[in-house]
Amino acid sequence: MSDPVPTQAAVPRPGVGVQIRGMRKSYDGTPVLKGINLEVQPGEIFVIMGPSGSGKSVLLRQIIGLEEADEGDILIEGESIHAEGVMDKYRLALVFQSGALLSSLTVLENVGLYLSEHRLKPPAEIARIAVEKLEFLGLKNVAHRFPSELSGGMRKRVAIARALVIEPQLILYDEPTSELDPLSAVVIGEEILSLNRRIRVTSIVVTHDRDLAFGIANRIAVMYEGEIIAVGTVDEIKSSTHPIIHRFLHVEFNPNHHTTS
Amino acid sequence: MFQNIGEMLVLLWRTVRALPKVMRQRQKIYDQLFEIGNASLLMTCILALFIGGVIALQTGPVLAERGLQSAIGGLVGISICKELAPVMMSVLIAGRIGSAMAAEIGSMRVYQEIDALRTMNINPIHYLVLPRLVAITIALPILVLFAVLVGWMGGGLVAVFHEKIGISFTSFITNLRLVVELGDVLNGLTKSAVFAVVIGVVCCHQGLITIGGPRGIGRSVTKAVVNSIVLVLILDYFLTRFLLYFEK
Repeated sequence: MSDPVPTQAAVPRPGVGVQIRGMRKSYDGTPVLKGINLEVQPGEIFVIMGPSGSGKSVLLRQIIGLEEADEGDILIEGESIHAEGVMDKYRLALVFQSGALLSSLTVLENVGLYLSEHRLKPPAEIARIAVEKLEFLGLKNVAHRFPSELSGGMRKRVAIARALVIEPQLILYDEPTSELDPLSAVVIGEEILSLNRRIRVTSIVVTHDRDLAFGIANRIAVMYEGEIIAVGTVDEIKSSTHPIIHRFLHVEFNPNHHTTS
Repeated sequence: MFQNIGEMLVLLWRTVRALPKVMRQRQKIYDQLFEIGNASLLMTCILALFIGGVIALQTGPVLAERGLQSAIGGLVGISICKELAPVMMSVLIAGRIGSAMAAEIGSMRVYQEIDALRTMNINPIHYLVLPRLVAITIALPILVLFAVLVGWMGGGLVAVFHEKIGISFTSFITNLRLVVELGDVLNGLTKSAVFAVVIGVVCCHQGLITIGGPRGIGRSVTKAVVNSIVLVLILDYFLTRFLLYFEK
């Protein structure tokens, strides 16, 4: 990513469409993405589902510009993210799997970080906006705590609040419910849905959580070993006869199955 | 270590280019200065006191045997301000502050905090490296100045109280003032400023390239401290030669 360019003051804008074309990425000669093609419509919740190690998170890192693909392109509203000024023109946010909150800052400072570092608002205004976003996610009472004092679910919600301060047109979620208990996972899922309905932001959610995927998705892409093996609505994916998808969706814990010889 | 020198020079260059934005980071620079001072001042004084003492202890009796004990002030004075204070304080700061820098930035890298900064279009060099590098470059010469004064005091105490040396404190100071010039102190401070930049760049760079979880952080910290001490000691020789040229 290039040197930071202070962007304009946050103004809500509609979600953007994303196209991924022929994306390939390898690490040390091992292909991780093998020619990904996807199209995400503005304002939709698009879930990329698949087992661990299938390349989902790597794909997200390409979309946000944290890594460069070996081949292929990503278009936002038809413009390549590699074109001059495109990444500054559209507002993208990534909610990391771990939350990735800065441990040396309080929750309030974390949420207001984008505005304070780019000096987009006076400090009092930044604090007001940060509190507003925290209230939006029901977290006002933790504003002055440090990330280490929060539960995993709270940290993820704070990360979402931090993303919202940017007034994003596209939010990428990397395994938003991993390491969470089922109740917290439902809360996070509801937040993603609620945000999508309230601010019409485009959301790309990477997960291996079947319940979350089926609960929030407009469309789902299933990824396996660096390839997209199916794209469709929730019902289409649920009724897929593809053996890998069928196994991924219907595998159950079997206490009588022993792997030891 | 040497494979990373090119990367470190690039990091230094990028940090220097970010200097016009230094005022934006002033709060972080104050925080870092406080951190460095708070963590190191007491240790600096203790270390310097004993370094001054041991120099006097090693050289005093030898000089006294030849009737040259009055020269001990100048010997302790010059060796501390030109060599021992800058080098020993740099070693101390590399261990105490450099390791903390590498660990903090390394853990931010491993736990994706640096990626989070980048997604917010916040340059990690401006946000993390610039304040640390500026703070250490200001703080180390100040600590060295303290070390010089305390080291002289340590040497003076040994010169006064050691039975084989036994000169007066006035005699110690008089000889020190006769031998040590302001230029000698500035020489040491210049060295320490250069060492500070080396420690800052090496440790921040090591933090930024950390991979592999907690074990990786540990490895980075070790490398940061070892590499900065080695570079300081190598650079000390060349810097001394360079500065001696100006003394002529």
